[in-house]
Amino acid sequence: MIRFDHMTKRYEGGRDALRNISFEVPKGELVFLTGPSGAGKSTLLKLLACIERPTRGQVFVNDRNIGRLPNRQIPRYRQQIGLVFQDNKLLQDRSAFDNVALPLIITGMHQREVGRRVRAALDQVGLLKKEKSAPRTLSLGEQQRVGIARAVVSRPGLLVADEPTGNLDPELSLDIMRLFKRFNDIGVTMVIATHDLNLLNQLGGKRLVLKDGEIDEHTLPEFKR
Amino acid sequence: MIYKLRHYFGLHRQNAIDAFDDLIQKPLASMLTIAVIGIALALPAALNLLVQNGRSVADSFDGIRDFSVYLKPSTSLADAGKLAESLRLRSSIKTVRIISADDALKDFQETSGYSEALSTLGTNPLPHTLVVRPTEAADAAKLTTLAAELSSKNNVDQVRIDTDWVKRLSAILDLLRRSVAIAGVLLIAAVIIIVGNTIRLDIQSRRDEIEVLKLLGASDGFVRRPFLYVGVWYGLVGGLFGIVLLVISALILAEPIERLTGLYQANFALQGLNFTSIGAILLGGFLSGWIGAWTAVSRHIASIQPE
Repeated sequence: MIRFDHMTKRYEGGRDALRNISFEVPKGELVFLTGPSGAGKSTLLKLLACIERPTRGQVFVNDRNIGRLPNRQIPRYRQQIGLVFQDNKLLQDRSAFDNVALPLIITGMHQREVGRRVRAALDQVGLLKKEKSAPRTLSLGEQQRVGIARAVVSRPGLLVADEPTGNLDPELSLDIMRLFKRFNDIGVTMVIATHDLNLLNQLGGKRLVLKDGEIDEHTLPEFKR
Repeated sequence: MIYKLRHYFGLHRQNAIDAFDDLIQKPLASMLTIAVIGIALALPAALNLLVQNGRSVADSFDGIRDFSVYLKPSTSLADAGKLAESLRLRSSIKTVRIISADDALKDFQETSGYSEALSTLGTNPLPHTLVVRPTEAADAAKLTTLAAELSSKNNVDQVRIDTDWVKRLSAILDLLRRSVAIAGVLLIAAVIIIVGNTIRLDIQSRRDEIEVLKLLGASDGFVRRPFLYVGVWYGLVGGLFGIVLLVISALILAEPIERLTGLYQANFALQGLNFTSIGAILLGGFLSGWIGAWTAVSRHIASIQPE
């Protein structure tokens, strides 16, 4: 599903954010990306979301070299993955329903089908009754769940989450992680960046540890190609 | 295929509705922009109407090609009559009317308001006058030779072709018409700049939203469309406002114009807004709104990328 091949990302200014990264994630896997802040977790996720491009080497998703994707094709690629953000990035002037509907409207789905899918997604995160609520009237945990519903509503094969529990207390965090696990159980490949090790100990899944822009050798064997 | 097409138009309809809602949601800012656009569109249209009306005034006098032949003060009324008789025999002349010095004085006293001053003069300073109306068949060259011949006659003091002022008016109107065209181009450019700037600010204030949409896989076209519709609405509603301004102006001007044309005994009716000018204003609003929005989105939307 995901393959990094001797990939180096250097930001302007000369610092290597990621150095010679090679690993592979099979389809249906749940991967936690951990490591101290500044280790390159966010950069790795940005490469997966096609927000950044590799300086050297390749990044493949579904056998497509997304590092070399023409700008024109980036929107279509992003439609095929789900993104979850630490600050949830919901549009504040629209209801929970409209936020979740956005990815479907972007892909041009028929209105009736949109309604059906959005309600199904909201139901899966337990917020069906709050579809008309504005995001700011929801709790942080609920907002993040709306964000997750938005990420899964178009049924992507890959879901990428950057510190999805970063703003939440431990109890809510576990809730959110269990939610991710449920989607993983139905076959969605997931890469979740988090530095909350306590949380990880309560969950399964594989860990990929980044340190100073490189993969910790101890964690690598599981992702060897 | 048909489904896709229907979806595409459905999306456009939704964009159009959303864009209109957007305008209504911030009424003050929108109204200011719309007012400026309306005024900018109404001005050239009003000037154009003015020129058109001026032209129809000029046209209504076009048939008149009379000469006024002022005779020397020494000429007697009998000599004037003889001259008139001889002129009537010519093929190029239709009628000759004699205005005697006395009649002219009486007329002048009635209309000028100088009756007191004139009565103190004692003698009549006005000459006898012949008003010569050529036949329709006589062309411009013939009229010129006729005028020259008349002015060389012994009794004749001066020949004045009454159409001179019509020609001058016509020349002034031509000048005005070109000025209106220039003003129109400049004001349309102003509308384009106004809409472009409004949309640019709109894009900047919705930067976060645009970033999120792009993260969710929205193409530039998808992000662009709502802004283009906002631009088009600005142009169209601004155009409607301009039309309202013109209608109100026409109502205010109708009465004095009627009086003025009555004074000139001209057979002339005020040309108000017709469908062509209404269509032109709306089309102008639509196009300039669209172009203005396009200049803004083409420069600013592609440059907004999620980080």
